[in-house]
Amino acid sequence: MGKLILDGEIVDNQWQRFDAGQLEQESLPDSGAVIVPLAYWKEHKAALLERSDPVGVCLEPGEEPVDLAEDLAALPLVAIHFPAFKDGRGYSYARELRTRYGFTGEVRAVGDVLQDQLFYMHRVGFNAFEVRADRDIEQALNNGLRPFTVTYQADVHDNRPIYRRRHELEEVSDV
Amino acid sequence: MYVYQDYDQRLLQERVAQYRDQTRRYLAGELSEDEFLALRLQNGLYIQRYAPMLRISVPYGMLASQQLRTLANVVREYDKGFCHVSTRQNIQLNWPELEDVPDILEQLAGVQMHAIQTSGNCIRNITTDELAGVNPKEIEDPRPWCEIIRQWATFNPEFAYLPRKFKIAVNSVPDADPALIGVHDIGVQVLHDSNGETGFQVWAGGGLGRTPMTGAVIGEFVPWQDLLPYLESILRVYNKYGNRDNKFKARIKILVKALGPEKYRELVEAEFAELKGGAMTLTEEEVARIKNCFQTPEYRSGVDSTALQSALDENRAFNRWFHTNTRAHKQAGYRAVVLTLKKTGRVPGDVSDEQLDAIADLADRYSFGEARNTHQQNMVLADVAADQLFEVWQQLDALGFATPNLGLITDIVACPGGDLCSLANAKSIPIAEGIQRRFDDMDFVHDLGPLDVNISGCMNACGHHHIGHIGILGVDKKGKEFYQITLGGRGDKLSHIGEKMGPSFEADEVTGVIDKIIRLYVDNRLENEPFIDTYERIGMDPFKEAVYG
Ligand code: SF4
Repeated sequence: MGKLILDGEIVDNQWQRFDAGQLEQESLPDSGAVIVPLAYWKEHKAALLERSDPVGVCLEPGEEPVDLAEDLAALPLVAIHFPAFKDGRGYSYARELRTRYGFTGEVRAVGDVLQDQLFYMHRVGFNAFEVRADRDIEQALNNGLRPFTVTYQADVHDNRPIYRRRHELEEVSDV
Repeated sequence: MYVYQDYDQRLLQERVAQYRDQTRRYLAGELSEDEFLALRLQNGLYIQRYAPMLRISVPYGMLASQQLRTLANVVREYDKGFCHVSTRQNIQLNWPELEDVPDILEQLAGVQMHAIQTSGNCIRNITTDELAGVNPKEIEDPRPWCEIIRQWATFNPEFAYLPRKFKIAVNSVPDADPALIGVHDIGVQVLHDSNGETGFQVWAGGGLGRTPMTGAVIGEFVPWQDLLPYLESILRVYNKYGNRDNKFKARIKILVKALGPEKYRELVEAEFAELKGGAMTLTEEEVARIKNCFQTPEYRSGVDSTALQSALDENRAFNRWFHTNTRAHKQAGYRAVVLTLKKTGRVPGDVSDEQLDAIADLADRYSFGEARNTHQQNMVLADVAADQLFEVWQQLDALGFATPNLGLITDIVACPGGDLCSLANAKSIPIAEGIQRRFDDMDFVHDLGPLDVNISGCMNACGHHHIGHIGILGVDKKGKEFYQITLGGRGDKLSHIGEKMGPSFEADEVTGVIDKIIRLYVDNRLENEPFIDTYERIGMDPFKEAVYG
């Protein structure tokens, strides 16, 4: 079982993710938490909702939260796949999940997930990170999640941009 | 100039620490080439033909004297004693060592400078008119709006990995485009409504490069309170739908063109409907705070210009310089003085460490401690009193910054090209020098009048060749350097993309071709008619005939 960062801690990964290719070869296990592709979810929604163990959906680049909007209430987890860390569409998707659709479940970054992007990912709404298996997850957590104590923009944790919370930063800097 | 608060400074220090660690991990083999590439680019570090190149951010081109001195130190210590003013008003170092960059950044951070987002697929430095704040034609100072945008763009978590680079410019002059907003990914035109309230006409989808085009108006009048939500909406649409498969189709201009401005606007409006009126709405207090950072200096009133007048009458060289290299000022008794970095034989836009120090001294003595970079690769002392102009001219002359060629044929804009840049198809610096040498008679140069010559070493167009009245582009033909010439571009009124003349030329033919173009102009011009007007009147054909016929 792999590890991931969840809400600021390193924990065992309780979920098994299946991509479209895998699901052509094998069927889903009867038990255990699973993450399935959007198309698979749409096709097997009724059956998946019957499962006693939880189901999450994974969005690929090009698959937007709007495609899942009506189902979000039934989902404890949405994963967003980064096939390459440079493909930044997932940042807008996470942000939309949180601010447009008010999704409060787990938003998990999967794929090419690396230390140097965690700070941004966290700010747009990811709370879970499957750091790439060949990388040091502890270092990612300790140095990647909060390299900055100052931010200018609003984000999903605080909808106020700097000009509506400057006094707080100024107080901090006086200490 | 924007004055850093404690937290702005803290952000810079944290950035230096972060980048130092990234460099360390790269050198230790913990980051792959590709991973580090994206990180170093977001910090302005390219690996060039012979060495890395570090692009240092200079918001709105403004440099305080202390910053100039620090740059001089950096250039002395870490480079070969030169730096380069880029067409986006930034400063580039051409020979830093990758290992030294964290130390360079540390020094720069000490004077509120950095290299954040000067490259990479993110929102780049915001640019505006180099005479912002002193230009008598502007309706208000655009810099506070630039600074508001800059802060929103700095480490914006959603827009750090865009499909491609993203450039925003702000213009506050009606009927002219000194900031080139027409050819930016987003152009922001400052307007006043009938009540005098500020708002913005927002353009999107302009750009030079491989597929040059001017942008389309997306927002007719965006009230100032909504500036950031509106920009955020444009960026979100682009981040989601911009092409990510083909680098050459990834700029926003391609998306705007593919969808059509109408459809793009519709998508933006849908995002904007959600953000409008929310917490991102700008507050009066914030705008006032930022405006306060760009206060007018304490000008002297009643500056006596009798001495200036007699110097102008008596000294022909000074007179010529005054009329060519200085610009009108909002404040009576003051002029903006342009330092031309285009002396023949010198790389356009290059400045040495000693010169930086000297400019810092001049800025302190004559211009409230500030200088600026221009997008024409010159520098400006924006606030010089009339009774000090003669003195300033003498000193600039001694430094080699008083060549009276601003806006004339030898004031050539050229990218570093094949001498330094690894993307180049051809050299640009020797071409510039060749033209400067051919037109070495200053009387003739003046007689020719305003003429923008722009040279780029490849179609990335860093030398803005598309908007030169005469544009020269380096192309590669079977491994040989060739040059394609365009005519009729302009970056003075609303930006306009020039038209290709025809087949390209070898390097040693270029000056001869320019000569023919100029001769045809001289033969055909009406009295006092500038080159570009003659071109627009008679069209491409006679020029083609003269060159290829
Ligand atoms: S235009 Fe091309 S050659 Fe010139 S600096 Fe830009 S990338 Fe390099």
